[in-house]
Amino acid sequence: MTSLPAPAMKKLGLVIDLDICVGCHACAVACKEWNEDGQFGPLPDENAYAKDPLGVWFNRVHTYDVEAAHAAPLTVHFPRSCLHCETPDCVTVCPTGASYKRAEDGIVLVDEDKCIGCKLCSWACPYGAREYSAKRGVMQKCTLCVDRIYNESFEEIDRQPACVMACPTRARHFGDLGDADSAVSRLVAARGGYDLMPEMGYKPVNKYLPPRPRRDACGASEAPPAAEAADFSGAPLLRWLDKLLSR
Amino acid sequence: MHPALSVIFFTVVSGCGYGVLCLLGISLAFDAASLSRTQALVVLGAGAAMAAAGLTSSTLHLGQPLRAWRAFSQWRSSWLSREGIAALASFVPIAVVGACLWFGCADATLRIAAMLLAALTVVTVGCTAQIYATLKTIPAWHDARVLPGYWLFALLGGALWWQLLCRIVDPAWASPRWLLALAPLAAIASTLLKHGYWRAVDTAPAAATIESATGLGLFGAVHSAERPHTEANYLTNEMGYVLARKHAARLRALALILFGALPLLLGTIALWLDDGSPVTALLCVVGATAAATAGIFVERWLFFAEAKHVVMLFYGPQRD
Repeated sequence: MTSLPAPAMKKLGLVIDLDICVGCHACAVACKEWNEDGQFGPLPDENAYAKDPLGVWFNRVHTYDVEAAHAAPLTVHFPRSCLHCETPDCVTVCPTGASYKRAEDGIVLVDEDKCIGCKLCSWACPYGAREYSAKRGVMQKCTLCVDRIYNESFEEIDRQPACVMACPTRARHFGDLGDADSAVSRLVAARGGYDLMPEMGYKPVNKYLPPRPRRDACGASEAPPAAEAADFSGAPLLRWLDKLLSR
Repeated sequence: MHPALSVIFFTVVSGCGYGVLCLLGISLAFDAASLSRTQALVVLGAGAAMAAAGLTSSTLHLGQPLRAWRAFSQWRSSWLSREGIAALASFVPIAVVGACLWFGCADATLRIAAMLLAALTVVTVGCTAQIYATLKTIPAWHDARVLPGYWLFALLGGALWWQLLCRIVDPAWASPRWLLALAPLAAIASTLLKHGYWRAVDTAPAAATIESATGLGLFGAVHSAERPHTEANYLTNEMGYVLARKHAARLRALALILFGALPLLLGTIALWLDDGSPVTALLCVVGATAAATAGIFVERWLFFAEAKHVVMLFYGPQRD
């Protein structure tokens, strides 16, 4: 059924910390690797080793420059994947019932045996979460690794999405955002986690944590006071020590 | 948005076909005497063929066309599903009207079937428009003028194709004047509507920004420093179609001439000449129909090619 289920208590999702993401794409690669062989794979590539390669990925990592008026410019690495929205149009526009939101935990999935490949769900998604595979003729998207997180053949600690497991800086957190006491909900509350494009009204479950304020004035346009600016131009070791001690 | 030819062909041709069927339904229900039996059968057959050709074409852009039957199941939430059901349902009154005309049957049965046919064609074209008009992610489509636009273009194309078919069967056809006047009126109305639509979408404030998309607006102005992938992907191909935009102004002018000015001019001449010289009138209608069909095609192509999807905000400013 592509009508939305009644709002669930459980809202499984991701919290992504933009403060510590280093843009290494490990999450995207781990996602591709797991899902290529997982229950929802493969994620086909076309011309993988030739001109104009094209392929399905559930996770894409952007990099942005943020120019602030009175602060140092920021470089922010920004992983983008399905936000498992509470009221997503990608589900309701589906004519076949292939696109659905699970009542028990809110995960948005595509039943590839029912999908006719009309692509309308991808048009309805503002986050670019869905990628169509011309090779398979069906729409594909992030499954929140539903074939990992409930997998009882895994150790408890491994029952997390592949992207979360792979992140070397622990910038990705998985949990129940419907439970106000869960670790992820507390993290969102403590760090001011926010929704992407809230004006679309889809109520994303995934949250993003903003970069923390910078500790030093590194890169700021304001020059240090002239009297204190010592000249170490001829002595790189002293300059390094000065920088280290100035922290 | 990527202008898929199969979808454009579908909306234009089946739109014209449903316009023809709608006018046929109205005439058979209220003014059956104005049509000969042959005319009615030819118009019905041609209209049904156009609708069917468009619907078949629409399955060509599906990844799994053999599963298309599944699309009839989700009418509770999906306009695409509703459109499929309405499109298919309209073939029931088409069959009944055809049988009534062929075998001859009670006047009341024909009238009821004809009225049902007219109503279902309006519903079908309305559902097609709603598929696009309900997408918040494409601001140019999420506009109040989209639904009347689809109806008006179906009416314009339908009125002209209807005349053309009737006149080919019977050049000396004494047509009802209101019907001949419908095409020039629809040409004026669609020109005004489309002009207003283009002005509105050109000046509309952005539905979202790269700042709201990334949530980084609270720190300052956001620029894309690096895309996630160096080559194209499904999103940039499907939603990031930019090839046409630099020609948009010329194509808009061309569309206005084709679906507005020419059908207005030729349709009015045909209306004028109707009683005097049927052959010249027929030639005018041929010209007006060809121009309007081509014009609606250009308009529909622009409707897709010019529309911007908010997901492209994540990729930063688009390169034309």
